[in-house]
Amino acid sequence: MKALVAVKRVIDYNVKIRVKADKTGVETANVKMSMNPFDEIAVEEALRLREAGIIEEVIAVSLGVAQCQETIRTALAMGADRGVLVETNAELQPLAVAKLLKAVILQENPEIVIIGKQAIDDDCNQTGQMLSALLGWPQATFASKLKISDGHAEVTREVDGGLETVAIKLPAVITTDLRLNEPRYASLPNIMRAKKKPITTTTPEALGVDVTPRLVVLKVEEPPKRQGGHKVGSVAELVDKLKTEARVI
Amino acid sequence: MAALVVAEHDNAALKPATLNAVAAAKEIAGEDVDILVAGKDCRAVAEAAAVVAGARRVLLADDGAYDHGLAENVAPLLVRLAEGYSHLLAPATTSGKNLMPRVAALLDVMQISDISAVVSPDTFVRPIYAGNALQTVQSKDPIKVITVRGTAFPPGEATGGSAAIEAIAPTGSVGLSEFVRAELSKSERPELTSARIIISGGRGMQSGDNFHLLEKVADRLGAAVGASRAAVDAGFVPNDYQVGQTGKIVAPELYIAVGISGAIQHLAGMKDSKVIVAINKDEEAPIFQIADYGLVGDLFRILPELEAELERRQ
Ligand SMILES: Cc1cc2nc3c(=O)[nH]c(=O)nc-3n(C[C@H](O)[C@H](O)[C@H](O)COP(=O)(O)OP(=O)(O)OC[C@H]3O[C@@H](n4cnc5c(N)ncnc54)[C@H](O)[C@@H]3O)c2cc1C
Ligand SMILES: Nc1ncnc2c1ncn2[C@@H]1O[C@H](COP(=O)(O)O)[C@@H](O)[C@H]1O
Repeated sequence: MKALVAVKRVIDYNVKIRVKADKTGVETANVKMSMNPFDEIAVEEALRLREAGIIEEVIAVSLGVAQCQETIRTALAMGADRGVLVETNAELQPLAVAKLLKAVILQENPEIVIIGKQAIDDDCNQTGQMLSALLGWPQATFASKLKISDGHAEVTREVDGGLETVAIKLPAVITTDLRLNEPRYASLPNIMRAKKKPITTTTPEALGVDVTPRLVVLKVEEPPKRQGGHKVGSVAELVDKLKTEARVI
Repeated sequence: MAALVVAEHDNAALKPATLNAVAAAKEIAGEDVDILVAGKDCRAVAEAAAVVAGARRVLLADDGAYDHGLAENVAPLLVRLAEGYSHLLAPATTSGKNLMPRVAALLDVMQISDISAVVSPDTFVRPIYAGNALQTVQSKDPIKVITVRGTAFPPGEATGGSAAIEAIAPTGSVGLSEFVRAELSKSERPELTSARIIISGGRGMQSGDNFHLLEKVADRLGAAVGASRAAVDAGFVPNDYQVGQTGKIVAPELYIAVGISGAIQHLAGMKDSKVIVAINKDEEAPIFQIADYGLVGDLFRILPELEAELERRQ
């Protein structure tokens, strides 16, 4: 069996983002970029399945500008076997990403597709669900535990009320939640080794996918700022302020 | 224009998040708002939905295939119903987030995730980058599939309406997935997303046992208890306590953060609270920058004192 993971290049989660003055988007020039944290969890899970002998190969796919190569290299350094870059300068929205991933999947035939539950830039939380719909496959979103046995997966999901476990047929799409695993760091030798692993490049045109955005971004603005920073000196003062000033208790 | 809202429920009761989604739907479609109740033996939910103020019609799809809201089975139902609507909405809960993108893809449209404002029937505001930016987007799709950020839309009235309940034919099971079991947290306290007061603990709590210090204060205030990711990852409390960018989004009247540093991912989930209190021993902790009332000190000293003070002044 093969596993395919999607890895998105996003602004690093530690960066305090800045909205561009002309309101067209967020400043990305000279900003640290990293792999979407949920996708690191996806790569880790696929590697563990390979180490457990359940799958043979892990393919990492990224979609976007040429620099997404670096994100694929990170996945390869963690241990993925090879990469696929769908290169484009066009803005990609989840529906287009799902269609492109579907096209790659139809070429690669993986039995398990693991992707992040949410990209921390667009906060969409859509791609995995869309991809499984387009493929006609089952979906197990927000996974915190994954067990694979003879053509099935048993997946525990993080839901609002607690945990829910579902059984799905393979092939399937699984999206990762934070508690699924703790991703490994790439060691220096593995980073060196990753430089020799193959990455094939394709394009939306070659895959026959129209990626025209369906949502037009009219503007991007900063949210209203909160005025905070007041301190109180004691518990008694706090309770007093909450009762008489804020009137919330 | 007409909107269909997918009801959030557990086959027995209609969940409050539905009312926030109905409020957003009314801003879009005015009087023409229907509610879909898909489940098993869920007539009581349909009856509760029928009295929601402003509901025009309730569609009841009662079938074993919808018992646990499996997206694979519910999505085809929504696709069939989509013909009659310009907008399909669901609350941005884990079930709404699981279901709606599947529906959108089957309809070949982009979902508009987690909207925080309606500008016009095709234009919406949504937070991106953990709420550090607000994006205004216009949908070019013929049908709008939307999830609604509950905290951004004050819930409509749960009663006062008198919609007709219409049973509709189910689409059946597609046989791709099965429910195995649920391990749901049981609590006498209010639900996080609808609580008026929340007290949350972070890594500073040091252990799950220490959460009883928070719970005692919560009991005095009738508050819900939440947590940071670090507290959940450390196993102090279950995952459903997590507040933040990738957990629950809350906006209570009062949010008390205890032993939480204030990472942007946590702030993303609570910074729209009306009043924020921070209790932290590090006076440089970023949480203080957004707190209306900050108290610097050791939580193990402050929490018992707070409980006693609340008791004294009750
Ligand atoms: C992809 C991604 C998603 C994430 N999603 C979320 C999310 O949804 N929600 C979330 O919360 N985080 C999320 N995080 C994690 C986030 O970045 C922070 O790591 C996390 O919020 C830190 O939790 P904390 O404040 O409890 O811990 P810390 O940052 O370790 O802070 C602990 C605080 O406790 C204080 N403290 C310690 N002892 C005491 C004491 N005795 N008395 C008083 N104060 C004390 C310390 O001064 C410190 O400020 C996410 C991260 C990533 C990468
Ligand atoms: N451009 C992309 N390249 C690779 N993976 C992507 C891309 N966009 C989305 N994904 C995958 O889809 C997941 C969810 O993204 P989203 O639906 O945008 O929140 C991410 O965690 C990735 O695994």
